[in-house]
Amino acid sequence: MKEKSQSTSRALVFRPARGLTYQAGALLLSFLFITIIILLTGESPFRVVASLWDGAFGTTDQFARVFSTLTPLVLCSSGLIFTFTAGLYNLGVEGQIVAGAIAATFILREFQAVLPAPLVVAAGVIAGMLGGILWGLLAGVLKVFGKINEIFAGLGMNFVAQGLAIYLIFGPWKRPGIASMSGTEPFGESLWLGRFGQTDAAPVALIIAIVALALTIIIMRNTHFGLRLKAVGQNPRASFILGMPATRLLLSSFIICGAFAGLAGGLQVVGLFHRLVPSISSNLGYLALLVVMLISFNALWIAPVAFFFSALNVGSLQLPMVLRMESSLSGVIQGTLVLLALLARGFSERARKAAGGQ
Amino acid sequence: MDFSELIVILATAIATATPLVFASIGETIAERAGVINLSADGTILMAAMTGFAAALATNSVLVGFLAAALVGAAFALVIAFGAITLKQSQIAIGFVLALLGADLSSFLGNPVVLVPGPTVPAFNIPLLQDIPVLGRLLFQSDPLVYASYILIIVTWVFFYRTRPGLLLRSVGEQPAAAFARGANVVRLRYIYTLIGGALMGIAGAAFSLDFKAGWTNRSTAGYGWIALAIVIFGGWNPLRVAMGAYFFGILQSLASVAQSSIQSVPTQAFSVAPFVLMILVLVLTSGEWLDNLMSRLPLKVRRPILRAIRQPAPAALGKVFEQD
Repeated sequence: MKEKSQSTSRALVFRPARGLTYQAGALLLSFLFITIIILLTGESPFRVVASLWDGAFGTTDQFARVFSTLTPLVLCSSGLIFTFTAGLYNLGVEGQIVAGAIAATFILREFQAVLPAPLVVAAGVIAGMLGGILWGLLAGVLKVFGKINEIFAGLGMNFVAQGLAIYLIFGPWKRPGIASMSGTEPFGESLWLGRFGQTDAAPVALIIAIVALALTIIIMRNTHFGLRLKAVGQNPRASFILGMPATRLLLSSFIICGAFAGLAGGLQVVGLFHRLVPSISSNLGYLALLVVMLISFNALWIAPVAFFFSALNVGSLQLPMVLRMESSLSGVIQGTLVLLALLARGFSERARKAAGGQ
Repeated sequence: MDFSELIVILATAIATATPLVFASIGETIAERAGVINLSADGTILMAAMTGFAAALATNSVLVGFLAAALVGAAFALVIAFGAITLKQSQIAIGFVLALLGADLSSFLGNPVVLVPGPTVPAFNIPLLQDIPVLGRLLFQSDPLVYASYILIIVTWVFFYRTRPGLLLRSVGEQPAAAFARGANVVRLRYIYTLIGGALMGIAGAAFSLDFKAGWTNRSTAGYGWIALAIVIFGGWNPLRVAMGAYFFGILQSLASVAQSSIQSVPTQAFSVAPFVLMILVLVLTSGEWLDNLMSRLPLKVRRPILRAIRQPAPAALGKVFEQD
């Protein structure tokens, strides 16, 4: 019994103290690897770091852009906490953003001439949430009732959502005259979410994301629902025998994650792009998966890690101009950090097992 | 569209499906041994870039393919080590590698973007190319395409007609039983994951040294995910998987032909097809509803139908095996 509870808590709780040496080693190795990669291109790592910093925090505009990237990233990461806790790899989160954006655009298009602007915006954001829920629930139903692996169903549905967005942009929703990758006809400024000055950051969107994050932390730490979700994620069989409604819990986690991701998609439309574009999700769902994997599903770490990742994304945008370097460096850094952290976790578990004589 | 035109379209479709054949057969081999290599998209991109750069530096296509295969095997080694030795989630590690490989290929491949380089030379097989219809369809392309035919057949024969092949399948289905009979499950999983990865690497080079001739950022993006879908669509059977790849190739060719009539909808919208088909196949074969439906049919009819439709995933796919 004692062993049992120990192995459960091991996977559930992020314990920096235990794996700290390994995580520090992973961090060090990541920096080493990234430094070597940068040196390979013949550039000085110090200049790259300076340029990244300048690119993210140099001007108010850039700083604001960090926040506009942070908003969907925090929303999706928060949502993924629920599905990961329930033991699900919800790779479909990317498509749920797109579905939310499509739903929001639909509402805005239909009602912009009929209803007062603030009402249309609110309805659009809510529709985004519903669109995300629909897409998430579809993967959930396939998983729970069809016994279809959520990883492949989710991935497949990402491409379906993306295809649908492109079809709409080039088909029924194309701009009068010419259809193009630049998206649908932009909405009037009355339908834009209020921005901070003339920048890209929409304070309301950020506040929504912070509320979602706070809710996630509270639900996970202090509610019965959070506890039961953990139980289902840890041992679906045992929790079923103990009479937990596993089906309902799994579907709830899909719904919550879909709602948050759809919200992110809706906010991308009303708060950032002001239209539907093919890259509406900007791979932020996939990036959120990296965030949550890096922090071992502990919601408390979402804010700092997501902020760091957003700053990297925005900071790297000017690399091609300033240093003639590819902006994909941000992805290289993020991926390296997560990969080595995952491997370090494996090493530390192995060492503990060897020490514990299990 | 007359008959000869159709033959040309089909021949092109078969040839251009070659990278997907390599990638999806590679994935099939790894998954049959029980390891999901979710990194396919990143592996192919990274191998395409490295293979092209290596071929450019040495002016040798062969060196390019070798380098690409090594990159593919290296990515697979990370997954094998993380999943088999460290017992971490292969999904997590594979997924991170899929993203990392894509970004790394763009970052490091910057100097060789749009640089002209060597390509696989065309070669018509003597005698065989003169067979009416079939010759034009299959035997008037290049050595890489012919290698893919051999790969399909060899993999199928290996899987279903040899003892090591039987062992490979048992490692993916019943690792404990295979272990009890003396098989070194860990070593076999390592070997087949690496072979599968190397084939994915070759798929990357097949793009950059043959069908897309050259390197641009993210030029092969998406094909890795399509390969993963095709493996499921093909039910982990090399012949069916290859048919899936060809089917997708034909679909793509037809889409680009139809482009003129279905105006302004870009071809990206058509690349959704494999994923829709994958989900449909999963729905068709995973649920219990098929059993319920089938139980109404007489036994004699039931069995062949079920066998034709249902190609279950290897039972131990993605699961950790505790050998010690």
